[in-house]
Amino acid sequence: MSVLADASSSPPPGLRVSVDLNLCQAYAQCCYAAPRHFRIEGHEALIYDPAPGVQDRADIERARIACPVQAIRVEDPERGP
Amino acid sequence: MIPSSDRAVVVGAGLAALRGAEAMRACGFSGSVTIVGAEPYRPYDRPPLSKHVLTGEIQADATTLPSSLGADVNWRLGSPAVRLDRGAQTLHLADGEALSYDRLHIAAGTRARPWSNPHEGRLDGVFTLRGRDDAAALRAALAARPRRVLVIGGGFIGCEVASLCRHLGLRVTLVEPGPTPLARVLGSTVGALIGAIHGGRGVDLRCGSEVEWLEDAGGRFVRAHLTDGTRIDADVAVIALGAVRNTEWLDGAGLSADPGGVDCDAVGYVLDADGQPDPRIAAAGDVARFPHPLYGGRRVALEHWSQAVAQGIHAGRLLAGAKPEGPYGALPTFWSTQGDVVIKSAGLTEGADALAFTQGEPASGRFIAVYGREGRCIAAVSVDSARWLPAHAEMVATGAPFPPRGAAADRPAKGIAIHAPGFP
Repeated sequence: MSVLADASSSPPPGLRVSVDLNLCQAYAQCCYAAPRHFRIEGHEALIYDPAPGVQDRADIERARIACPVQAIRVEDPERGP
Repeated sequence: MIPSSDRAVVVGAGLAALRGAEAMRACGFSGSVTIVGAEPYRPYDRPPLSKHVLTGEIQADATTLPSSLGADVNWRLGSPAVRLDRGAQTLHLADGEALSYDRLHIAAGTRARPWSNPHEGRLDGVFTLRGRDDAAALRAALAARPRRVLVIGGGFIGCEVASLCRHLGLRVTLVEPGPTPLARVLGSTVGALIGAIHGGRGVDLRCGSEVEWLEDAGGRFVRAHLTDGTRIDADVAVIALGAVRNTEWLDGAGLSADPGGVDCDAVGYVLDADGQPDPRIAAAGDVARFPHPLYGGRRVALEHWSQAVAQGIHAGRLLAGAKPEGPYGALPTFWSTQGDVVIKSAGLTEGADALAFTQGEPASGRFIAVYGREGRCIAAVSVDSARWLPAHAEMVATGAPFPPRGAAADRPAKGIAIHAPGFP
């Protein structure tokens, strides 16, 4: 019974990633696990893809699990949060 | 247990609203949940908007937040709340709809503070940066390779935008009335160090300067005139003068609310005009002003990502009927990615009377600064030294003695120089 004011508010299909950058300490394990979606610039600036395609879910899941401070949150529309 | 006929309404559709609604469901609230948002979008993450959305690496519409909410949520998006009638327990929206509630979660957030002259603020080439549409518009303007970008305001957003412009190879001038960038939050001692980093990367910093007016040439912004008579030719101006809290819709609701926020009691319930908590209403995020137990009960409203999450969850649990564990008082933390430099903070610097560098070398651009007040640690700021911050955050959370000593410092206590933090 979701009521959308506008079709543009419907989230596009795919994964949803957010990283708590307060927690991130740039151990860069996500960058090894999913190099196409996470990278470090400078000493500790993490740049990540907030909307990876579902075909990359194995890499993203590996990155999530590998994070030593558990800062990565993923939503997978086919698997539930 | 709350009966399932209860109706929960969430005002706002940002991070604090989303985490609050999720927490209600996680606590077993089985009534209806309606989320009201002014923008036509599901909750999205804002930090990337002032960073890699501007470089074009991330699309503005790609930052929709992960969520555990299912289909059992009513979304009312694109029409803001305009009035609250507490007597009738009804929220009125701009499109005329009226929503009845038994539980109300206020997470209405903030908006960008506009340029003081409305005509100048509407010129082509003049931008503010708060929402997804703002970021998409500014991204398009930067992609057109302006000859120069003028950033008005040297706070966190201003510094992030200026450093991103350099990353894109654009000429950028940042005008800040204070003595250094970030002086209001970090003081001018640390602010000068950050200013030196940005200056070294080519940002044209004009501190102690103020923009008087923006020149209009046929509806386009073409240059800024400073109060000292200086002119700065630029194609793009970014107004980065902070945020205004969305509280106008509470006028007449009989709550304790003003442009500084809506007041909560220590537990998180919103206070009415007589200072009594309304147990049907809780608030969280940028708009919620609450007494912080770590800082002597001083009332603060914090525009931090972590605060939106922690307080959102707290408010959601409260409204779902969970017994409050005590006063809400998460340690304030934030980060700011400025180009490839990361600034992080734990605690609140306000009122600091002393400053010490405990890790790294200030001149090297990598260090930890600890802020003290009356002999206690009240805040710590890390610049490209995030791994040292948790130990310092612990010192802040426990009010450890200042100047700090022991494991967190990389030099003997007697070697720690005490500086003035440089607050105005």
